[in-house]
Amino acid sequence: MSKTMTGAKMVVQALIDQGVDVVFGYPGGAVLPIYDELFQQEKIKHVLVRHEQAAVHAAEGYARSTGKPGVALVTSGPGATNAVTGLTDALMDSIPIIVLTGQVPTFMIGSDAFQEADTVGITRPCTKHNWLVKDTEKLSATLHEAFHVALSGRPGPVLIDIPKDVQFATGTYTEARQVETHYNPQVKGDLAMITELAKAMETAKRPVFYTGGGVINSGPAASQLLRELVAATGFPITSTLMGLGAYPASGDNWLGMLGMHGLYEANMAMHDCDLMINIGARFDDRITGRIDAFSPRSKKAHIDIDASSINKVVHADFPILGDVGHVLEDLLNVWKARGRKTNTEGLAKWWGQIKEWRAVDCLKFTQQGKVIKPQYALERLEALTKKHDRYICTEVGQHQMWAAQYLGFEDPNRWMTSGGLGTMGYGFPASIGVQMAHPDALVINVAGEASWLMNMQELGTAMQYRLPVKQFILNNERLGMVRQWQELLHGERYSSSWSESLPDFVKLAEAFGAKGILCSDPDTLDDAIIEMLTHKGPVLFDCLVEKHENCFPMIPSGKPHNEMLLGDASTKDAIQAGGAVLV
Amino acid sequence: MSPLKIKKGSTSHSAYDLRPSYSDTVERHTLAVLVENEPGVLARVIGLFAGRGYNIESLTVAEVDHQGHRSRITIVTTGTPQIIIQIKAQLGRIIDVHKVNDLTVEGPSVERELGLFKVAGKGEHRVEALRLADIFRANVVDSTLESFVFEITGTPEKIDAFADLMRPLGLQEVARTGVAALSRGAV
Repeated sequence: MSKTMTGAKMVVQALIDQGVDVVFGYPGGAVLPIYDELFQQEKIKHVLVRHEQAAVHAAEGYARSTGKPGVALVTSGPGATNAVTGLTDALMDSIPIIVLTGQVPTFMIGSDAFQEADTVGITRPCTKHNWLVKDTEKLSATLHEAFHVALSGRPGPVLIDIPKDVQFATGTYTEARQVETHYNPQVKGDLAMITELAKAMETAKRPVFYTGGGVINSGPAASQLLRELVAATGFPITSTLMGLGAYPASGDNWLGMLGMHGLYEANMAMHDCDLMINIGARFDDRITGRIDAFSPRSKKAHIDIDASSINKVVHADFPILGDVGHVLEDLLNVWKARGRKTNTEGLAKWWGQIKEWRAVDCLKFTQQGKVIKPQYALERLEALTKKHDRYICTEVGQHQMWAAQYLGFEDPNRWMTSGGLGTMGYGFPASIGVQMAHPDALVINVAGEASWLMNMQELGTAMQYRLPVKQFILNNERLGMVRQWQELLHGERYSSSWSESLPDFVKLAEAFGAKGILCSDPDTLDDAIIEMLTHKGPVLFDCLVEKHENCFPMIPSGKPHNEMLLGDASTKDAIQAGGAVLV
Repeated sequence: MSPLKIKKGSTSHSAYDLRPSYSDTVERHTLAVLVENEPGVLARVIGLFAGRGYNIESLTVAEVDHQGHRSRITIVTTGTPQIIIQIKAQLGRIIDVHKVNDLTVEGPSVERELGLFKVAGKGEHRVEALRLADIFRANVVDSTLESFVFEITGTPEKIDAFADLMRPLGLQEVARTGVAALSRGAV
């Protein structure tokens, strides 16, 4: 039974068949037929964003908070080019999204037509894969394959460019199950190598689990298996920014986040361990610091779905190619079958050492006087929202690192932040995507005022769809992270790193019909946060904080893990010329 | 416990033969990349090399299986062993790539290149060019009273050597195809 329909109808039908319930988008000339089809159905909701970049970030937020692919729909030319930042962001963080772009009709491609851009050319390096569909007969199969590619193996963004005449023409609709694909990445790890790793785990004196976004991407079962493995072995565990929530922050073995602004105990454990078990992380430069001094005395296991991540920057003694969930299941089974052994004596000593590092209390700060410390604001936010069904997004900068340090994540898919690309302007639209997926949950975007302004137009979207997203802005009237680097690295010459002419955020919120709250007094902070939480609609919370606070701990550029800066006193001349060229 | 419902399957890309030796020596490798002959597939491969800063010494591409719609791209590249491993893994990530073979490490292989040489000259030079072409088993595919076009096949080194000899004899223009390569033996 074959169904004949227009290309535009195929798009909507394929989205429905793939279980899509929300599309984030912005119409334009080259996608009008698809918008016409969206208008005539009720299964898919469309969220009209105010800028195409926001559509892609919203799709990312939807994907990260649900584990399902996010979908964005934009027009040709500027619609497509505006989507590029979001695509690159999703590629760097391995987020499965499907972006549909309109294109000028096939007979006008290459003629510099109005709103024409070489979309597949522009987006080739920033998608996992992309397609230009020139034949309506192939459109539905391509759409189904796009979902398969976005979700299989290492997830990522895909783009389908659809010329307008292909949308108008009719063709035969292909069902998802009829589509054949040669792309089936290996998910099972090599059992022999898994056994080697299990053996190493039995004798290790100073083991550490180093987990990343791959655990989240592998699905909730992977997080469950990870928790089981950590509990059974008693090994300490740290995580990258991307992997927060896979292991609960309240868990006994949790060391906190590692990396450039990671916790002292986490980075020291990484430096001094004798067995590092990397699960779904990629030895990013924010994690390793100086590569030739990175964890010099350890054997390293690396579990990853992407062969190109293994041995890319750090040599793996136990390379295991496969899906984290599958490999963890096998690892746990093998280790149990071999008698659940660990080096208890070594482990006890190791935990003794970790306890000493923990005693440094690297996140301590003192809230005194009448100015709110950003750390204090987050500590109060954590205390007052911990019991809620809570999702946290962030923008990029100091506030992002503080959020990672001071907020606790108990479950996967609760933390949406731009890790690899570091996209300012990510958090607000991402929070809209999260709230669409979880209408009754508490969705907070922890922001800096500068990042937030980059996609502030989305306040219109939040109002139109009555999305009660809470924008918690730590306002220091500075580009805080830039300012911090200029202080440490460029002789305190603050070149263009403070924001003059900031808007009155309360009035700005009110101009859109939203609620604005201003708080500058530590004594009224709790009440103000509660006011934000009890308000039913979107809130713009302008929290005026200490302007010159630096984010610590910090591993300066070009330094190894055991040379962390713990506070302002230790920063003088910390970064030398060699490290200054690094970002 | 078996709570996972993830589709099982496999590809030919494996990490287990990825054992870097940390050598700094730059090696020359010939890679055979079997790809789906889709629009843009060559751009993906070249874009990967440009974007990640890898070298391309030579590149040839043509459809080798018209029915199956497959093209074979032969790339000669240089890099440290770690870079070469990374190049292969990155090629393996491209969705349209079916298979990556490193002919340099996977046993013996044959490499051939075709060159066209235009040599112009009179008298002794002309005779000498023809004589050398004969030694190199080059064919004359075009001739005028003042010029020859030679066609020569062989390893890149042989074609280099021929070019060196032709230069003083009036070499005008050279066209080379780049390397095509196959592994030796039955499979």
